Amino acid sequence: MKRLMTILIATVFVFSLQSAAAEPVKIGMITTLSTKAAYLGEDIRDGFQLAVDQEGGKLGGVEVELMVEDDGRKPEKAKQIAERYMKKDGVKIMTGIVFSNVAIAVVPKVVRDGVVYLSANAGPSMLAGKGCNENYFSVSYQNDNIDEVVGQFVNDSEHQSVYLIAPNYPAGKDHLAGFKRYFKKEISAEVYTKLGQSDYAAEIAAIRAAKPDAVFFFLPGGMGVSFIKQYAQAGLSEEIPLYGPAFSFDERLLKAVGPVALGVKNGSQWTHDLDNEANKQFVAAYEEKYGRTPTLYASQGYDTARLIGSALKAVSGKVDDLDAFKKALKDANFDSVRGSFSFGANQHPIQDLYIREVIKTDDGQYTNRTIKKVFENHVDAYASECKM
Amino acid sequence: MILFIEQLLNGLQLGITLFLMSAGLTLVFGIMQVINLAHGSFYMIGAYVGATVTVFTGSFVLGVMAALAAAGITGMAVEILVLRQLYDRDHLDQVLATFGLIFFFNEMTRIIWGKQPLFMDMPVWLKGSIELLPGLVYPIYRLAVIVVGMSVALLLWYLFSRTRLGMQIRAGASNRDMIGALGVNIKLLYTLVFGLGTLLAGLAGVMAGPIFAVESGMGESILILTFVVIVIGGIGSVRGAVVGALMVGLVDTLGRAFLPSLFRTFLSSSYADSVGASLASMSIYILMAAVLIWKPRGLFPSYN
Repeated sequence: MKRLMTILIATVFVFSLQSAAAEPVKIGMITTLSTKAAYLGEDIRDGFQLAVDQEGGKLGGVEVELMVEDDGRKPEKAKQIAERYMKKDGVKIMTGIVFSNVAIAVVPKVVRDGVVYLSANAGPSMLAGKGCNENYFSVSYQNDNIDEVVGQFVNDSEHQSVYLIAPNYPAGKDHLAGFKRYFKKEISAEVYTKLGQSDYAAEIAAIRAAKPDAVFFFLPGGMGVSFIKQYAQAGLSEEIPLYGPAFSFDERLLKAVGPVALGVKNGSQWTHDLDNEANKQFVAAYEEKYGRTPTLYASQGYDTARLIGSALKAVSGKVDDLDAFKKALKDANFDSVRGSFSFGANQHPIQDLYIREVIKTDDGQYTNRTIKKVFENHVDAYASECKM
Repeated sequence: MILFIEQLLNGLQLGITLFLMSAGLTLVFGIMQVINLAHGSFYMIGAYVGATVTVFTGSFVLGVMAALAAAGITGMAVEILVLRQLYDRDHLDQVLATFGLIFFFNEMTRIIWGKQPLFMDMPVWLKGSIELLPGLVYPIYRLAVIVVGMSVALLLWYLFSRTRLGMQIRAGASNRDMIGALGVNIKLLYTLVFGLGTLLAGLAGVMAGPIFAVESGMGESILILTFVVIVIGGIGSVRGAVVGALMVGLVDTLGRAFLPSLFRTFLSSSYADSVGASLASMSIYILMAAVLIWKPRGLFPSYN
C-alpha cells in the first residue's frame, strides 16, 4: 500500500512538473560534424544557433530545445539518430542534413512517421518531384538550381563550348544535368572523375588539348580545392575561365584555395553582400559571434531557424496541431536573408539566383561579390511532377 | 603525341608521390612485420605542419624541414608509445590499434587547425610552367616533385646497399631474431626505420600540400593506393615499391586520360564516358589482380 502511494505521488509530481513549465519545442538536428565535410555541418549549426541565441533560447517567442547530433556523413548513422529523436525524445521537427544521399535515406521515413523535416542544405531531385511530401520542406534550394543559374549565365555569355567535369556518383550527374538544362550551346566533353580524387593532372591535360571556351566543374569540398589549384598551376586559368556552383567557393574553402580562385564566377542563391536588412543584421551578428564570414550554409541554417520561428509564433508554440504548423511554415512569413523567398507547390524555394565573383577584400580575405541576378523567382524543374 | 608525353609525365609524378609513401610503409611491413594503417596520418601531419610553417614564416624550405621533423618525430613517438606494445601481438590487434590512430590524428588536426582545409602556396621560384618540348608546357612544381622523388630513391638505394645501417635493415628484413642475436640494437633499429618511413610520408605530404587540398583525412585516399603499390611490388622491398609505384601511377593516369576516348571510338559518347570513367577507376585494381595471378607474392618479394 505504502509503495503504491509512493508511486502515485511520484506520478502526480512528474505530471504536475510537466504542466507547470511548458515543455520547450524540441528540434532535432542531424548534421555532419566530423569527416572532411565537418565544416559544412558546423556552419549550418552555428547559423541556426545564432537565431536561437538572438531570441534568448526562443524562436518566434517559443522556448526551443535544439539537439544536435553528428551523422559522420553516413546514411545509416543518420537513420539511427532520427530513430532515436523520434522514439526517445519525441521530436516533431528535424533539420540539418548536409548530404543528399543521407537525406534520401532519412527523410522519406521520418516524414511518413509524422515528423516535419526542413532541409537546410541537401535538396535532391528525388524529394522535389514525384517523391515530394507535405511534411518535407527545403529551405535551401533544389540541388540543380545552383548549376542552372551558371548554365544560363554561360549560355548568355560569349562562350560557345563548355567542358564539364564532375565526380562519378549520382549527385555529380545531377549537377551537370542542372547546368545542361540551361546551357544550349556545345558541350566539348563531359568527364566523370573518381569520387575523392585529388590529382587532376590527367584531366587538366585533356582540357588543354580539347581547347574549350570555358570549363564548368562540380567538385565539392577538397576535390574542388585540389582542382582549382592545379588548374591555375597548369596556367590554364587565364586562357579558359572556370565556372562552378557556390559549393567550391564558400568563404572557408576560399581560405584554402587562396589567390588562384580570384575572379572565378560561381552561382548561388545567397551572398553576404545582398542588400536587405535581414541579411545585414545576420552577417554582422554572425561575424561578431563566430569571428568569421558566414557561408551560404550558415545562411541556410539561419533561415531555417527563423522560418521555424515564424511558424511557431503563428501557432503559439502548439506543434501538436501539425497541419496548422505546416500551413504556417508554407506561408514563409519571415524575413529571409535572401530577400525574396516563398515556397512553391513542392515546398521548395521560389527564389532569386545570382552569379558572383571571387574577390579579395582590403584586409586580405577572399570572399564573393554578387555581380548579376540571373533568375528572378526561379522555380525548380521538378515542381510540376509533384502531386501533393 | 604531345598530350601522351604530358600524361606520361603526370603518371610519373603521381608514381613518385606514391613511391615516397610506399617506401616507408613497405619497410615497416617488411622489417617490423607491422601493418601500419596510420601511415597516411603522417602524410597528413607533413602537409599540415608544412602548410602552417610556410604561411607563418613565408619560407617553403623551412616549411618542408618542419614537416619532415614533425612527421619523423611523431612517427618515432608512435613507435615507442604504441607499436612497441604490439610487436608480439596478432596482426589483427595491430590493424585495430593503427586504425584507431587514424581517428586520433584526424580528430587532432581538426582540434588544432579547425574543420576547413588549410591554405598552402608554392614558393615563387617553383611557380609557373616551362616549355619542355614545343607545345609541351609543364608546371615547374610537378617537375620538382619528380626530381625530389628520384633523388630520394637514389639516396635510399645508397643507404640500403652501401651503409652499415642499410645492411642491418636488410638483415632485419631477412631474419630479425638472428640480427638481434648478433648484437644489433633491434629496438633502436625499429624506431629509426619507423621514423624514416614516416619522414618520407611527411615529405610526400608537404610536397602534396601546394597541389592538393590540405584537409583532415587526406591521408586515407592515398593510403589505399599505397597498399596497392606494396602488394604489387612485394612486401618489404624498396625496389618493388619503386616499380609498383611507377606502374600504379602510370596505369591510373593513362587510364583516366585515354580510356574514355578509347571507348568513344566504338560506343555512344555518354555511354563511353561513364564506362570509361568506371573502368579507369578500376584499372589499378585490375593491374593488381593481374600481377598477383602472375606473381602471387608481388614482383620483388624480399623475405621468406
